[in-house]
Amino acid sequence: MWMIELPPFIPFFLGALILLFTRGMLRSAIMIAIPIVSAIHLSMIPEGIHLQFTFLDYQLAPYRVDKLSIMFGYVFHIAALIGIIYSLHLRDTMQQVSAMLYAGSALGAVFAGDLLTLFIFWELLAFTSVFLIWARRTQRSYDAGMRYLIIQVLSGVILLVGTLFYAYENKTLAFDYIGLDSVAGWLILIAFGIKCAFPIAHNWLTDTYPEATVTGTVFLSAFTTKVAVYALARAYPGAEILIYIGAAMTCFPIFFAVIENDLRRVLAYSLINQVGFMVVGIGIGTALAINGAVSHAFNDVIFKGLLFMSMGAVLHMTGRINGSDLGGLYKTMPKTTILCIVGAASISAFPLFSGFVSKSMVMSAAIEEGFDWIWLMLLFASAGVFHHAGIKIPYFAFFAHDSGIRANDPPNNMLLAMAIAAALCIAIGIYPQALYSLLPYDTGYNPYDATHVLAQTQLLCFSALAFVWLNLKGLYPPELRSTNLDLDWIYRRAIPNALQQMFSAIWQADRALWDSLKLRLNIYLSYFSGKNNRLSILLSRNYPSGSMAMWVAVVLATYLFLSFIE
Amino acid sequence: MKDEKKYLFDNPKNVKRLLHILYVCCALLVVLDFVIHRHTMHDLEKLWAFYPLYGFISCVVLVIVATWMRTFLMRSEDYYYNPTETDINNDSLNNNALNKEGEHHVDD
Repeated sequence: MWMIELPPFIPFFLGALILLFTRGMLRSAIMIAIPIVSAIHLSMIPEGIHLQFTFLDYQLAPYRVDKLSIMFGYVFHIAALIGIIYSLHLRDTMQQVSAMLYAGSALGAVFAGDLLTLFIFWELLAFTSVFLIWARRTQRSYDAGMRYLIIQVLSGVILLVGTLFYAYENKTLAFDYIGLDSVAGWLILIAFGIKCAFPIAHNWLTDTYPEATVTGTVFLSAFTTKVAVYALARAYPGAEILIYIGAAMTCFPIFFAVIENDLRRVLAYSLINQVGFMVVGIGIGTALAINGAVSHAFNDVIFKGLLFMSMGAVLHMTGRINGSDLGGLYKTMPKTTILCIVGAASISAFPLFSGFVSKSMVMSAAIEEGFDWIWLMLLFASAGVFHHAGIKIPYFAFFAHDSGIRANDPPNNMLLAMAIAAALCIAIGIYPQALYSLLPYDTGYNPYDATHVLAQTQLLCFSALAFVWLNLKGLYPPELRSTNLDLDWIYRRAIPNALQQMFSAIWQADRALWDSLKLRLNIYLSYFSGKNNRLSILLSRNYPSGSMAMWVAVVLATYLFLSFIE
Repeated sequence: MKDEKKYLFDNPKNVKRLLHILYVCCALLVVLDFVIHRHTMHDLEKLWAFYPLYGFISCVVLVIVATWMRTFLMRSEDYYYNPTETDINNDSLNNNALNKEGEHHVDD
């Protein structure tokens, strides 16, 4: 073969370097060319380990290609291409370079064959993506970026500690099945869990994604969590605890999503909900479930990207993103409206859209393995995701009451990016075999049997009916300008307040202590001076020390004088 | 505004039409339940109209619970940067240890 087997992160990193020295059309052309060329290159690479060297007695394999990693490799190329087209109108070197580096880091992480390489790209993911948040250049985004960075780096540090434990126990750094029977296993699970937005550790996502730039959020939504899903699928397939964690992830965010006003934050909550389905699939661990998790990750990158792009388009054109400020935009943004509805139908898993062909695998696996309660929770979450992402997002942005905003459809590059994503959503939905052929296992699964299609359509139509009924009855919570407290309240408000209280208590105690000490000292001083006063009546009471010196001089002079007389 | 073009859903009739389509779809889907022979994997699925009922009820429960959550989770929009009086009162209801302004003094 004429080509060198280069790991895919290299073209992206080189591309980022070239971007620094180019301008205008040339820069745009290079940005589009890199993911296309890199994807073609990737498709020609056979499975196996293509790069290997020894470092301090450990075998490192920075480039390993197998069925699992190549799936994520492809979808990251697609996401990078779509994101780049979406951001072509930008004239912001910082964002373009960091997006390129970020996509490269994600690719580096999924092709990492050892834990040390994984750790390096894990941290690079954090450091490159934070600029997409800071690029908004507001105080809010700066603060949110800082919080994001702290949590992401913490995840990396835990991963490093876990890796050290793992290397010590197993004498290898190979990144394969890890399992939960050692301390190292748990530490690495926690590290993955933070990036995967497990409950309690999920707030970095809902806190920062809505604060990033219009185009930055599209990139952010594609990579970080999916890298974590990939890592879980490789290291912990069949870990039962993941089923319960995943089921919790599918259910709790939908409550927050229903009352959230910032529509991009609604999508951030629904991102956690979708990742929950993947985590459940990994936890079940059968061939069907893993296939479901991986293909759902693949589809989610595309349809969640599409939804974030459509909301980004709304923000870009109107400058607003709160449900309470928007409405009636279908009148002047018809193309965006239709593309958004395609994304909404995909995430809600309508038959013939991409979400359906992957989510149903996870559901089927849950029921096959006898996880009845989990299955009911997933069913509830499916109805809920349609409710908040499928209906609420398009409804409050484009329909509902007329806000009077008459914004046009966004620039053509944005529309093109959304159209590509929408086309992929529909294509995968209609012809899922193309996606299935890429999957790690061959299960011969067919999503389009009458039972499945009917059940899902019934579920969704009656969820829609519930929405209509609640709206007509006036029971549906109106969009209000508000902040809803979530667990980030603990580190954004409670802990700072508690620290403030603690320091003020410390300062008060400190002051009281010093005051009493000073008082004591004064008492002692006056006691001694009083005593001295009583002792020395003649010389010291009312005379300064200078007079004493003078008298001594007088005595000495008299003495000298007397010695001369003799 | 008065000369503005009439759009699709400005006409309440069209909204009605859309809703009627939805109602008909829902009715059809329930009827299909009897027509199509489904191979079920779970006992619950054998219940009459299980999926429609589950979908409807879970959405209603979801919205009612979420609305109730607003009563203790909702704060003003600028809560983290510029909290209003109500925010502070709400917080001290939840946690008395917090937000007693003026207790700490600037060290002199």
